[in-house]
Amino acid sequence: MDEFTAPTIDWAALSPVLITLAGASVVLLASLFLPPGVRRGFGAAVAAICFVGAAAAAIALFVADESGRGIVSEAIRRDRLAELAQVLVMGAGLLTVGVSYREPERVERAGEYWALLLTAASGMAFFVAANNLMTLFLGLEWFSICLYVLTAIAVERLPGLEAGLKYLIVGSFGSAILLFGSALVYGATGAIGFEEIAAGTAEGERLFLVAGLAMVLVGLGFKASAAPFHMWTPDVYEGAPTPVTGFMAAATKVAALVVTLRLLVTAFPGEEELWTVALAVIVCASLAWGNLAALVQVSVKRMLAYSSISHAGFLLMPIAAGNELGGRALLYYLIAYSAMSVGAFAVVAVRERELAAPVTVGNLAGFGWERPFLGGSMALFMFGFIGLPPAGIFLGKIYAFAAVIERGWTWLAIVGAVFTAVSIYYYVGVIRAMFMQPRELAVAAGGSPPPDRLLVASVAASVVVAVGSLLAADPLIDIARDAVEFLPFPVG
Amino acid sequence: METTVLILLPIAGAVALWFAPWLTPRAAGGFALLVALAELAFWIGTALNFDFGAAEPQAGADRVWFADLDVAYRVGLHDYTLWLVGLTAVGTAAAVGYGFWVGRERAGVYLSLLLFLEGATVGVFAAQDLVLFYVFWEAMLIPLYVLIGVWGGPGRLGATVKFVVYTMAGSLLMLVAIIAAGLQAGTFDMTSAAGRGSSTWIFLGFAAAFAVKAPLFPFHGWLPDAYRESPPEVAAVLSGVISKTAAYGFLAIAIPFYPGPAEDWRVPALVLASIGLVYGSLLAFRAPDVRGVVAYSSLAQMNLILIGLFAANASGYTGALLQMVNHGLISAALFLLAGAIERRASTGQLVLLGGLARGRPVLATILITTGVIALAVPGSSAFAAEFLVLNGAFAVGWGWAVVGAIAIVLAAMYMLRLVSAVLHENVGSAVPAEALDLRPAEVGVIAPLVVVLLALSFWPAAITDRLSGALF
Repeated sequence: MDEFTAPTIDWAALSPVLITLAGASVVLLASLFLPPGVRRGFGAAVAAICFVGAAAAAIALFVADESGRGIVSEAIRRDRLAELAQVLVMGAGLLTVGVSYREPERVERAGEYWALLLTAASGMAFFVAANNLMTLFLGLEWFSICLYVLTAIAVERLPGLEAGLKYLIVGSFGSAILLFGSALVYGATGAIGFEEIAAGTAEGERLFLVAGLAMVLVGLGFKASAAPFHMWTPDVYEGAPTPVTGFMAAATKVAALVVTLRLLVTAFPGEEELWTVALAVIVCASLAWGNLAALVQVSVKRMLAYSSISHAGFLLMPIAAGNELGGRALLYYLIAYSAMSVGAFAVVAVRERELAAPVTVGNLAGFGWERPFLGGSMALFMFGFIGLPPAGIFLGKIYAFAAVIERGWTWLAIVGAVFTAVSIYYYVGVIRAMFMQPRELAVAAGGSPPPDRLLVASVAASVVVAVGSLLAADPLIDIARDAVEFLPFPVG
Repeated sequence: METTVLILLPIAGAVALWFAPWLTPRAAGGFALLVALAELAFWIGTALNFDFGAAEPQAGADRVWFADLDVAYRVGLHDYTLWLVGLTAVGTAAAVGYGFWVGRERAGVYLSLLLFLEGATVGVFAAQDLVLFYVFWEAMLIPLYVLIGVWGGPGRLGATVKFVVYTMAGSLLMLVAIIAAGLQAGTFDMTSAAGRGSSTWIFLGFAAAFAVKAPLFPFHGWLPDAYRESPPEVAAVLSGVISKTAAYGFLAIAIPFYPGPAEDWRVPALVLASIGLVYGSLLAFRAPDVRGVVAYSSLAQMNLILIGLFAANASGYTGALLQMVNHGLISAALFLLAGAIERRASTGQLVLLGGLARGRPVLATILITTGVIALAVPGSSAFAAEFLVLNGAFAVGWGWAVVGAIAIVLAAMYMLRLVSAVLHENVGSAVPAEALDLRPAEVGVIAPLVVVLLALSFWPAAITDRLSGALF
């Protein structure tokens, strides 16, 4: 028996994970000693610094890594795909810090909130680099548990607790399916590393392999909130504190979709004809369910939740194409989408604090003229989610459609176009409420809260990313290409 | 370079107005009007230096936007687009002037949206790249949506939903068609012959967007509400200028890029356009209000233009292009006049109007002049254009020309009905005795449109002789 040798650990490659994790520990420990008055400011500052630091580290790695390689005994990958996803997650985290700084319920639990936010981002940074089924599951649970707690962190709010419990149960169910699927894949191929699975699929037990692949897809579908695995999404998005919802909508989607891309392309290239079709079905289901259900929503957060389900459909479309153009499309789309998600929920948070009540399409009336910058930004986000210029999702959709058309699935692009047309109605409904309807509701007793500069700065940053991604499309698409070009895409 | 200025000048003016909310309405209006007039002056300068013989787009620019799909910021003006850009500049300047004079609420935002719309429309005409074309195409929708939704009449919310859903449903099919066409060709460059093909589906994708926006019968469901609920100057731009982008799409993209499918679908398209022409004329004759008459006559005229385009010969194209400019000016002037009448009588219902001519000579003169040109009286520029269109249609089949000729009679009927119901007959119950004649500012806005129409009536060859024939 060989003696155990510890793997060499590439500390630099882990730095985005470690920086955020260290920040979380600092915040937790310090909040034991700091007086309550400064906890919030300290936690937010540490969180912001760590997100910036982790993003800077990821950018440095991205620049340095011409080609990817497996590290820590091939358990995780050090490559540009992971690093770009880490940058996006950290960016979403940084924006979320600005959005949540003045969230009213944070005072008592200031330390925990920032620590959990940092830990969740850390888990996602780990997850997107996963290179075998074990680290994949570990990363998934790591950030999911943080999100369960973050959802329910305002313990005096019943809807938050309900949402947290629901998320915990449904999310654990999804994780269990993913774990079972991983076991089947291991049983079929005798491997847990992605490349080894790809190598082992030829002689493996076909039935186990296919069942395992299906179950892994289901598990990831839960996290990406793709239909028909989306049931938790509206309730959790509605119940969670609004900044947390924004973070989930942006960062969780980035993490889940990047891992889906990596897993399917590197581990199951031989099963391409199975998973591309399966994904196409999931895409259609998500587009149909998300868009049709969003039409009848009254609560803006629920509406945005269904919109997020429909965007899961649009984002899975390029993965279903299975070609390199699709990989580029996915990452470019995610850049604009993640910024706009945080921004949109930030605007909802402002209205929520103003009214001290859940935001509905009705009580947004007049908001656009009261706060022209936030209202205008929200209008940009809504037009952008439809896929209208000048927001980058416009090009993201063009790329996603181009990817499936290049594969020869023009029908899928037409399905996308049809449901985009459906989505106009509910996105435009928000704009109509903000700008075209006279206000009816008075502001909550005590008057409007003071303008929140940090939140406005976060929204402004989202706007800059949303519009900038359209104008600077060429460099961003080059970055997206760098991130995916080494992946062994099975099609064309 | 000049084209880029023509696109960006109004957009820059719009953005400047957004970031200057402290301006008084008067200052904002003055600034917007100045930008609109500068745009017009710049267009005149461009037109004076234009080489009308060239087949290639001129005064353009070409900068890479994203290289992997070969999408670029490619713009430039053809001789036929030059006239449409001019129409945009004239129409928008009139609309901005009118909006400024009327004093809309939140004037800065209102006028900046009109300017933004102008920039996007010029972009549609000037784009030489399909993705860029689509960007400008969709960018037109946003200001229109807000302009109608915020400043429109009581039924504006329903009107905007209909308008946006109709136009987007068409344009999303075009998006799929654009992507498919671009991937097939390996480039989105519109000047490259590689983009052209024989795919019926791609042709129909383009045709869907243009048919809704024009609108071709029976895709006009959004039109009556949108034209009735808009502020008059927005209706003027919408029917005068924006509808021309759709005709331009048929003229410059759908028909020349896909000649085979266009040939196959010519008869159905001509049937629809003929129905639209007659049906629109009849509805205009039956419409109970001023705006209704103008709106349905606009539907009829657009379908006449489409007949000229679908005829797909030199005469049809030339006539259609001249009629695009004519109709743009006529319907802009008529909608502004409708606005002036509604301001005086607080209604556009024809039964409540009448007798406005007595004591209001300027209003009567301008309305009658515009109406007479609109009904294509011999000698008017509209007559020249319709003659060319019918000539082109005749070459395809004499039946189409007969339908067109019938429609000209109908045009005379609804225009004269409008003129007499507003100006003559007994004084309507809604017309106050103290209602003023057109104010100098209104004359200053509307009269230039009519003057250009008269000039074109004397000299339609100003346009028809300055087409290089690159199209045919």
